Amino acid sequence: MDVILFLIFAIIAVVSAVNVVVQTHPISSAISLIGVMASLAVLYLLLGAEFIAMAQIIVYAGAVMVLFVFVIMLLNAGAESKRGRSLMAQLLGMPLLIAFLALASYFIQRLYPTGAVVRFGVFQGGSAQSVGMALFTTYLLPFEVTSVLILIAIVGAVVLARKELP
Amino acid sequence: MEFFVISIIKAAVVAVALLTTLAYLQWVERKVIAHIQVRLGPSRVGPHGLLQPLADVIKLITKEDLIPPYVNKFVYLLAPFLAVTMSLISISVIPFGSEIQVFGHTTWMQLADLNIGLLFILAVSSMGVYGIALAGWASNNKYSLLGGLRSSAQMISYELPLSLAIAAPLLLVNTLSLREIVQKQAGSILHWNVLPQIVSFFVFVIAGFAETNRVPFDLPEAENELVAGFHTEYSSMKFAAFFMAEYANMVTITCITAVLFLGGWQPLFPAAWGSNYVPVVLFAAVGAIAIYHGLHPARRRDRLTLPVFGAVFLALAVLFLLPPLQQALIPLFWFGAKVGLLLFVFIWVRGTLPRFRYDQLMGFAWKVLFPVALLNLLVTAFVIAWKS
Repeated sequence: MDVILFLIFAIIAVVSAVNVVVQTHPISSAISLIGVMASLAVLYLLLGAEFIAMAQIIVYAGAVMVLFVFVIMLLNAGAESKRGRSLMAQLLGMPLLIAFLALASYFIQRLYPTGAVVRFGVFQGGSAQSVGMALFTTYLLPFEVTSVLILIAIVGAVVLARKELP
Repeated sequence: MEFFVISIIKAAVVAVALLTTLAYLQWVERKVIAHIQVRLGPSRVGPHGLLQPLADVIKLITKEDLIPPYVNKFVYLLAPFLAVTMSLISISVIPFGSEIQVFGHTTWMQLADLNIGLLFILAVSSMGVYGIALAGWASNNKYSLLGGLRSSAQMISYELPLSLAIAAPLLLVNTLSLREIVQKQAGSILHWNVLPQIVSFFVFVIAGFAETNRVPFDLPEAENELVAGFHTEYSSMKFAAFFMAEYANMVTITCITAVLFLGGWQPLFPAAWGSNYVPVVLFAAVGAIAIYHGLHPARRRDRLTLPVFGAVFLALAVLFLLPPLQQALIPLFWFGAKVGLLLFVFIWVRGTLPRFRYDQLMGFAWKVLFPVALLNLLVTAFVIAWKS
């Protein structure tokens, strides 16, 4: 059951991810990206990380992608026209892609040789309580540093966006 | 196997009950608004217009389904589907009542008790924005686009105070499961979260009005500026889908308010003080009044309809006295009473308040609601830390 669900949503995630690049219209790409985020959330849920799954939907599929869609709608961006591909892309595209995939698989094999096989339903530390405990005890410093960084980013955005007073 | 059968039966019951509620909520809204404006409201189809929702459904189904030639077809068709799905899903984690026994099976009056129930509702409601935003964009119409833009901006802004208002009572109950939240508030009204969290309660309800695009925050469909806003180009069942989504969102928000702040299915005062007899007395009183007015009718047809309604209410009162039904009906009554009261407030506000201007709407969210909710969360956290 878990494996079937995993395969279904993994396929949806990959197909949507490819679709993000293939589509010419920004809105269609954005919708595909929402599909990627939502199916990733289901994968997290299958692995037993229910808090991360919901955070994934609330933050990425909900907040971030709504902003993307909002900006695309506001700018009224149209579909992009296809231009002729450059000679370099035509010649080197496929070989480079295959080389990259080979390199990636080589490193994965080297780093995780025996490959601790992922088992569904074994991991227990995914509840809101255990994530909260980990964040506020073991990883307190990185957590605080990240939040200060985000605060600085917000203040920076406000300063940049503020109009000059006459 | 037993789990699947019970779950399917429960899902069917909840779906039918929810859809009927949505249809009749619209009838209630039209009636209440009409009486606020000194009109009668729907009164032609059936006694007191009670069959009006049925007539509306038949009209919407049989209407011609137009798809304008200039729309982006895929997104145009996806949007109402998204809107209605996301608004109907959240009801699956709402607890309507306590444990009951049906034919020897013990089950909860709730479809699923997730230990992340509240986060689930937040996640689903944050996905609900897409239905409206994409509908506005795909219609390829400037009024629709403006409506969609307004609604995305509004829902993003009001989601912040909404989430912060949820966080403060969560500190008190220490759980995300909706069932446990209700169980922590057992006892009487003194144990409900609304008393220590009164600020949170008001912030949540106000943000809830904005999240459901209701008056006074119904800018996305402000008819005198935007024709009909994001659903201008939709007709027939696709329009009905948006309509249903709005009412389903309203029901969800009121249900969450009842669960989080008003103690869910817990009675107003303990059963030892006779709270089990409240529904009996209430329904019997309504039945008696209806029969009295039926015997002294103001209009000729009231001579027939009012005694019938009176008899129905008296029968309901008797039902609440039967011990085997009590365990299921009394929690349902308290939950229904709280949700019904909140829904009435939603309609009442619609009949009373004018619409905000757009800059006032945004300013209110960011300059008033957000700081108040944040301050309330801080104070709650400090008080809890000081106590422990």
